[in-house]
Amino acid sequence: MSADLNSFREEVRSWLDDNCPQEMRSPMVSEKDACWGGRGFKFQSEAQRLWLERMGAKGWTAPAWPKEYGGGGMDRDQLKILKQEMAAIKARPALFSFGISMLGPALLKYGNETQMQTYLPPIVRGEIRWCQGYSEPNAGSDLANLQAPAVDRGDHYELNGSKIWTSYGDSGDWMFCLVRTDPDAPKHAGISFMLFDMQTPGISVKPIRLISGRSPFCEVFFADVRIPKTQQVGKLNKGWSIAKYLLTHEREMISWKGLSQSGVKSLSETAMDVMETCNGSLKDPILRADIARFELDEMAFALTIERARDEVKAGVGLGAASSWFKYFGTELNKQRQDLLMDIHGSDALAWTGAASNDGKLARDWLRSKGNSIEGGTSEIQLNIVAKHILGLPG
Amino acid sequence: MALVLNEEHGMLRDAARSFLDGRAPLSHLRQLRDDSIEAGFSTELWKEMADMGWAAIIIPEAFGGLDYGYTGLGLVLEECGRTLTPSPLLSTALLSTSALLLSNNEDLCSQWLPEIASGEKLLALACEETRQHHPDKVETIADSDESGYRLNGQKNAVMDGGVADAFIVSARTHSGEDPNVGVSLFVIPEDSEGLELEITELLDNHRSAKLTLTNVNLKREHLLSPLHEGWPVLRKVLDRGRIGMAAEMLGLSQEVFERTTRYLQERKQFGVPIGTFQALQHRAAVLYGEIELCKSVVLKALQALDEDSTKVPLLASLAKARCGQTAGLAAAEGIQMHGGIGMTDEFDIGFFIKRWRSLNQQLGDSRYHLNRFAELRGY
Repeated sequence: MSADLNSFREEVRSWLDDNCPQEMRSPMVSEKDACWGGRGFKFQSEAQRLWLERMGAKGWTAPAWPKEYGGGGMDRDQLKILKQEMAAIKARPALFSFGISMLGPALLKYGNETQMQTYLPPIVRGEIRWCQGYSEPNAGSDLANLQAPAVDRGDHYELNGSKIWTSYGDSGDWMFCLVRTDPDAPKHAGISFMLFDMQTPGISVKPIRLISGRSPFCEVFFADVRIPKTQQVGKLNKGWSIAKYLLTHEREMISWKGLSQSGVKSLSETAMDVMETCNGSLKDPILRADIARFELDEMAFALTIERARDEVKAGVGLGAASSWFKYFGTELNKQRQDLLMDIHGSDALAWTGAASNDGKLARDWLRSKGNSIEGGTSEIQLNIVAKHILGLPG
Repeated sequence: MALVLNEEHGMLRDAARSFLDGRAPLSHLRQLRDDSIEAGFSTELWKEMADMGWAAIIIPEAFGGLDYGYTGLGLVLEECGRTLTPSPLLSTALLSTSALLLSNNEDLCSQWLPEIASGEKLLALACEETRQHHPDKVETIADSDESGYRLNGQKNAVMDGGVADAFIVSARTHSGEDPNVGVSLFVIPEDSEGLELEITELLDNHRSAKLTLTNVNLKREHLLSPLHEGWPVLRKVLDRGRIGMAAEMLGLSQEVFERTTRYLQERKQFGVPIGTFQALQHRAAVLYGEIELCKSVVLKALQALDEDSTKVPLLASLAKARCGQTAGLAAAEGIQMHGGIGMTDEFDIGFFIKRWRSLNQQLGDSRYHLNRFAELRGY
């Protein structure tokens, strides 16, 4: 077993050594360095394109997915090794993808064979970029109140209405979407899960400008959009189960933001670099204490993620706790961004210009305020913990 | 090492829980208090605990122990935190035993450890001289003379000092302020001439002693640590104690939290259980998460002790700070959410905040360890 793992590690190491371009072996500097793939994606460099192509062909962009759907077919131990070896050479992720982090797990659980064969391999290769159609103007925290009607027209559904807060809706090739297929049923029982090409006639997209000045979210409007019946996933009117399953993956993804990325300076290192020090410690005692409190929580959170993973492996899982991870991770990230602003002082106020990387600090700080709203607000997460973990009534 | 308990640990925990639930539930502490039992704990119960091997968990087999490791002892302490069962586990089985073991003094280990393991002897650690935790400030003096040492000074806050058969005492064998140079550890039998004890009953019904040493003469063989090199030993001893206390605070947090969430489900006001109110639900949910964090840091720290990792100091401060903070919150929320009845002596919930206050303060409170955490991380 461990001999197998050792030879696996050797294999991974030598493959990475041969295939990971030098330019991809350093931490990302800005969001622009992230590779999202998809039909219209403009690669920043040939190295970025090659890295995706090679990792995709190997199935290592989705290392845990079964090989028959293009994935890497790895078990947990192998996965850990891949992560360690990638970290050892500071390899960037080859692909950022909602297809991998959200849709894929749902399709593997609820999709039929044809759907898995059709949709999963292009996700692994980064050829199709997916976006998520969940929230509506009157269905935010109360997501199950969504209304966008998909009416049965014999061989297809006809979709109307709109979606809002669709992440990267303007660059998604396809959408996975929650729609109302039974307006008369109780609100959780009339929802279905559908997939469609964003180029289908009748779809229009409008970016939303945020307080950060950036537009990572869009509104999406539907006017008599035709969706073939083969593109409906799972049972009709049972889409809420898929929605919830997928949300747990989304929450976990968002909660990782609470942790500092490997290769990036910690808050205290940054503070020691840019602030006044005295005998090897930060001169400002209050800020030092605030940073210490943050880093203590960050370390405790990282250990709790580690423990949760180990418990799942040992079959004693923390299970329903993804809501709490989402809550704590996003609150932690907001604190990090607040402290970074404090540490950088007047430099952090810059909004444009090369010196500030176009106001990256300020914009990231503002953007982070949304972390505890998107994917279910902090308050909704706490409701879920109270109800489903603590068993409190109401 | 995976951050999960193995099956054997699970069995030990279950055994500890069922013993404590049966023999020493919270009513046991209340009884000790009401009867003004002088030791602050039941010596009969300690004998039973020792018969189960609890006094011997970290003692090597060569000295009559079980050599079962820190994770095991941590689990027992965690369970004692649930029932608030007082015993010399921390003072004798963890702190003093660690001081003996880490000093590598074969003679003193042979003299004391077998009888600690069997529950016959109790030891107490005396390393504080100020109100605040400040173990590196040592003003007790040990002057060397032809037959041995003569000690003068005072020690505060000696846990279980009133019933100890001997004390492990830090003293200066070389003048100066740097604890790295010139501090040594001694084992002083309680019947030594010149040793005076003043015992105080604490808010959690444990007993603490103030030691006054006036020309206490000791033979050379009472020197425990290497001469002038007691501080590196004491530092490690303290980290073990801190992690053990964090484990006890983890158990305390879980118990007070479970009692409180049960109350939220049962207690009705305005015709509904008060647990339906979102203001209380959210606070309970936040507390749930805080306790999950504590479970992770305590287990990690205990495993680090078993692996003799270089990260022990950082993890000890992480665990003591985090658990001190969380247990304080859990105990305070326990009272607030119980309302008026939580303030009464008749009801048990108030015992938790008293024990928390004592555990949090001893061997450095959350603020002390937050500061140390920052120092160890280099800022």
